[in-house]
Amino acid sequence: MILFSLFFTFLLIGMVSFGGGYAMLPLFERMVVIEQGWLTRSLFIDMIALSQVTPGPIAINSATFIGFQIASVPGAMVSTVGVVFVPFFLVLTVSKYTQKFKESKVVKGIFIGLKPALVGMIFSSVASIASDALIDFKAYIILFLLVFLLWKVKMHPILVIIISGIIGFFVY
Amino acid sequence: MEKPSLLRLLLTFMKIGAFTFGGGYAMIPVFEREFVKRYGYIKEEEFADILAMVQSLPGVIAINFAVFIGLRLRGLKGALTTAFGMALPSFIIIIVIAIFFFQYIDNPAIEAIFNGVRISVVALIGTAGVKLFKQNKHLQGIFIASLTFALVFSVGVHPFFVIVFMALFGYMIYSVNEVKNYDSV
Repeated sequence: MILFSLFFTFLLIGMVSFGGGYAMLPLFERMVVIEQGWLTRSLFIDMIALSQVTPGPIAINSATFIGFQIASVPGAMVSTVGVVFVPFFLVLTVSKYTQKFKESKVVKGIFIGLKPALVGMIFSSVASIASDALIDFKAYIILFLLVFLLWKVKMHPILVIIISGIIGFFVY
Repeated sequence: MEKPSLLRLLLTFMKIGAFTFGGGYAMIPVFEREFVKRYGYIKEEEFADILAMVQSLPGVIAINFAVFIGLRLRGLKGALTTAFGMALPSFIIIIVIAIFFFQYIDNPAIEAIFNGVRISVVALIGTAGVKLFKQNKHLQGIFIASLTFALVFSVGVHPFFVIVFMALFGYMIYSVNEVKNYDSV
């Protein structure tokens, strides 16, 4: 039952995705690309770029994109509902105990481990995506240029993605 | 103070969802402008509280924010309305894009463009990683980050278990430090 496995996959992703879109990419890649084979790794990277240049939350964009590709509109719906399902109920619960939650030692403790773990997650995503995106020597030069635009020129990420597309069109 | 109607909540969140690029963190100032500054529905301190909680909960940051605000202003119905309003524009826009994308994916020009775009994804995510790393530049943080990287990327352990393990590990470190501090008092 494809709709059920879409729902369940995105439910699990939603449950442990701390720190916003990027930190959950390794989990996305593992479950959606490697385990389920719903996307090739190249398509997965394209999807990240598309989620970035379109408005809205990155995780919703990704869930909709994958769900739609696998099972059309119903697939997009169950994936999107799946990714927000557990957090929705968590917010309902936590909002009743705001004060307790703020002072909770368990929450504080957990984040001592989680915050740096997210750094490791993001870099493992970078490493895996780089192995697929940096196809030749030219790609390394382009990467160097794009990093320069992002860090030194402080160019807007969407503009950097558009420029990379234009460069790709002429170079490849 | 007058509470916004469900329709107003729906429209406000749809507007934010449709016009804010860059995901959850980019939306935080927009929420603040709309709900704290413009209409005064939520007080400044309350907004800071919500922000802190959203960052400590799993899930989609923008949606969690929407649910908190909806719940605060109009109860469960409000929460459902705001979550729906937040997700709907993305949902429609992505489906339209996906339809075109899969039609033209085999076109060599599109393939060339995406060969370039994929490189920018490396640069963007790398930048996010470096920024987050700078906030964790202590010995313990570097150790946990490296261990996570090794487990996920090199060994290939399922990221789900690594996240759960690191959360428990963090709690353990915290508890041990608590006991130590208690002893030294």
